Amino acid sequence: MRLGAAYDPGNMSLGRKLRMISWPMVLLLCMLSAVGFGMLYSAASGDWNPWAVRQLIRFGIGMTLMLTIAVTDIRIWMRYAYFLYFVALTLLVAVEVMGVIGMGAQRWIDLKFIQLQPSEIMKIALVLALARYFHGLSAEETGRISWLIFPVLLVLAPAALVLRQPDLGTAVMMGLSAAVMFFLAGVRLWKFALAGGAVLAALPIAWSFLHGYQRRRVLTFLDPESDPLGAGYHIIQSKIALGSGGLFGKGFLGGTQSHLNFLPEKQTDFIFTMLAEEFGMVGGLALLGLYILIIAYGFLISLRVRNQFARLAALGIVSVFFFYTFINIAMVMGLVPVVGVPLPMVSYGGTSMLSLMIGFGIVISANVHRDLQIGRRGEDIT
Amino acid sequence: MYREDAERQKLFSRRAAILGGVQFAMVTVLAGRMYQLQVLESDRFKMLADENRINIRLLAPPRGRILDRNGQPLAVNRKNYRVLLTAEQTPDIRRTLEILGRLVDIGEEDREQILREIRRRRGFVPVTVRENLDWNTVSRIEVNAPDLPGVSIDVGQSREYLYGPEISHVLGYVSPPAPGDTGDDPLLQLPGFRVGKSGIERRHDLRLRGKAGNSQLEVNALGRVIRELERKEGVPGNDVVLTLDLPLQRFATERLRDMKSAAAVLMEVDSGAVLALASVPGYDPNAFNIGLSRDDWRAIRKDPYAPLINKAISGLYSPGSTFKMAVALAALKHNVIKPGETVFCPGHYELGRSKFHCWRKHGHGWMDMNGALQQSCDVYFYEIAKRLGVDRIAAMAKTLGLGGATGIDLPGERGGLVPTAAWKKKALGKPWQGGETLVAGIGQGFVLSTPLQLAVMTARLASGRAVKPHILRAVVSEGVTQMIDTQSAPPLDIDPGHLKIVTRGMDAVVNSPSGTARASRLPGDGPKMAGKTGTAQVRRISRRERETRVLKNEERPWKERDHALFVGFAPLDRPRYAIAVVVEHGSGGSKVAAPVARDILHQAFLRNPAAPPGQPVPPLDPGERI
Repeated sequence: MRLGAAYDPGNMSLGRKLRMISWPMVLLLCMLSAVGFGMLYSAASGDWNPWAVRQLIRFGIGMTLMLTIAVTDIRIWMRYAYFLYFVALTLLVAVEVMGVIGMGAQRWIDLKFIQLQPSEIMKIALVLALARYFHGLSAEETGRISWLIFPVLLVLAPAALVLRQPDLGTAVMMGLSAAVMFFLAGVRLWKFALAGGAVLAALPIAWSFLHGYQRRRVLTFLDPESDPLGAGYHIIQSKIALGSGGLFGKGFLGGTQSHLNFLPEKQTDFIFTMLAEEFGMVGGLALLGLYILIIAYGFLISLRVRNQFARLAALGIVSVFFFYTFINIAMVMGLVPVVGVPLPMVSYGGTSMLSLMIGFGIVISANVHRDLQIGRRGEDIT
Repeated sequence: MYREDAERQKLFSRRAAILGGVQFAMVTVLAGRMYQLQVLESDRFKMLADENRINIRLLAPPRGRILDRNGQPLAVNRKNYRVLLTAEQTPDIRRTLEILGRLVDIGEEDREQILREIRRRRGFVPVTVRENLDWNTVSRIEVNAPDLPGVSIDVGQSREYLYGPEISHVLGYVSPPAPGDTGDDPLLQLPGFRVGKSGIERRHDLRLRGKAGNSQLEVNALGRVIRELERKEGVPGNDVVLTLDLPLQRFATERLRDMKSAAAVLMEVDSGAVLALASVPGYDPNAFNIGLSRDDWRAIRKDPYAPLINKAISGLYSPGSTFKMAVALAALKHNVIKPGETVFCPGHYELGRSKFHCWRKHGHGWMDMNGALQQSCDVYFYEIAKRLGVDRIAAMAKTLGLGGATGIDLPGERGGLVPTAAWKKKALGKPWQGGETLVAGIGQGFVLSTPLQLAVMTARLASGRAVKPHILRAVVSEGVTQMIDTQSAPPLDIDPGHLKIVTRGMDAVVNSPSGTARASRLPGDGPKMAGKTGTAQVRRISRRERETRVLKNEERPWKERDHALFVGFAPLDRPRYAIAVVVEHGSGGSKVAAPVARDILHQAFLRNPAAPPGQPVPPLDPGERI
């Protein structure tokens, strides 16, 4: 018990926990989701059905989950991090097996109210597992390569499974968020250079493993005009929609590219394009600002946390969130290949929203338990 | 707080700052890209977005009508009703087609064709089931509409020629533009659009065509029309009013019907307005619009009577004896003979070792100019032609309008030929022969003319003025009638006294008891006609045939019979109408051509269509413009 500490961070009352929830973060997430509802309403040409209503219900479920997790003792997450990872991995294998049986690429398990995508859960589970692992590592151990073999395997196993689905976008995101975890845990920079070099060297081999349509997407990304009606169509139409929106946009429900269906997947991957078409660059920057606020808030939380697991988990999850945002927006603007990554909290889609809200539940939980100190082996430190 | 974690936190904070910096830089890239797309290149993308969504559809303007001088419609636009089927609005296509099949005749083959078409196109594209429906069928379909989901009626327009073959050559026809017809007009790209291919339809195509309107449609990515953004109606084509008089035109065509292949031109002497321009056989211009089968086309092309040719302006015939007025006028002008001076006709004329025959084997005896015209004595004209030489004959013939296109506003007119010594040298590379002058003196040999030229020649003889023919009377543009100017023609360079002598001869041809056309006087005590018959040989009669017996026309195959010609005007004292009739292989001018001319002129006086000059076209019945 420290002097001046008016409470025991290992044993807080529910009321205290509720008070310590970072409500501004909750508010920002609500605002972001509200933008999503509005755009889904527009995507259905001014109808709450079929997308906005269902998204709203999921948001309600997600919010409940998030707040529940936020007040749950963070040590439980640390304890079950590997278990959660194992469950997600099992589910990934399960869809792989089902995909083989179902003769085709399958990425989800039908739970009736939601189509569960194990890869989305894995993104969070991987962050937790890595946070758990690096929490238990001393500074010297972090510096040794032998201690890095296990976490690399933790990354490679799901990434390989996801690649087989095939879901290039998710695999890249797993790789990037894992790299962030390694970086934050203190792994030396030259090792990243080494790994980067290895990835570059492996690119030609990876290329040979890519599916035809994935290769086409990469090639089309490099030169979309080469196939304006085929694989390049999405990105060309998306750029036209964005560009024609101009500074102030065509007005809510007024996006011609979106509403006349020139823009594909407007309720999912290309929802940012629709927003930018209807609200212009001003609208696009405003949404980007909202994302920056959420991410910055996540940074602040992680910097104040006094145990390694929670701060790694919090900033890892925030980074996952960041990569979602960046890859999606860069994708619809033709900066990166079309890889099928949704715009977090805004795109229509259940699992990504739920898993992100679970993730933010942990971030908020990190804030709630920011004064809790946890030893390397999980023991309480008082 | 234990020490180890403090160090970890320090490292974490440092690296989090770096991470934050990197992430912020990445977001800046996104914002920069947004600026690039939405501000710098926005105009280009706005244009592309509009190109995506806006589909411009041309609206065909209604084609102008063609009317006769009294406003009677000759060519109009008919509503073309089509029944369409839109697949996506029909729950059961086969059933709908079956019900529709009870109302309109749909063959098994058509049904398969329609189903194929439906499969080939997107569901919202209407497919044509049947075209050219009559009004009864349209009403039956409309009444049964509740049982026919997805069935709709659509109105287009198609050209209709109300009098078919009777005015086919003057009006011409329309058909889809040939690959060579691609002008600037976007209308030419419109499926189903027709352009004028001959006659008035061709000559005044741009007037009749009008200007295209357009409709800007917003379409979605599938091409489905969402709404009309803007509509600009086109400008309907102008109505074209002809100088033709419909009843006279029909009468002339009807009168020629039994002649196999013939042409007649009736015009006003003073104005040159063509009142009737007939050429038989004709063709049905409506057939070209609907689409001619290959066999039909071949049959028309191979028809020995050449129905596609407007013989009145494109048929070239030896004028025969109708040319004699030109020779007589040249003789008077150059004073090679006095009107009263006589020439003896023994039935033939000798030049060197050649013998030239008169049409009357035993000769006419002593002939003066009046008698020579009246009885069409060839020997008299051999003699004065020889005295004149071919070039002086040619000059007079050209003054009268022969040997060059008259310039009538119809496509396809031919100029004919009036030979000169220089022409023969140039065209055939041979010197002119004296005998050829004699042959030219009776309008045979190289001399060629169109029926229209002969009518113009007659009008000039009758009026003494350089009459030019025309067929366009007025243009009606959005209700405003604009008359075509017809200035009074300047006088010809011919002594009126000489004209008097020649026209007196023409009077005698018809009205004296020994004239060649005495049987074709106008009936009654009304106006009198003057004229000249002509019979043009189309084959050479050999010496041996002369010695035995020249076959009568009836004994020869049609192709070898003489052409029958007649030119005339009436009334004698103040001429109003000039006429020329050519009956191909019709045997004799007096027997075949003159009665036709008489009947048409008689009809003209009954109709009395030639209103005094300057009177405006009677107001047109606006009728049903579609």
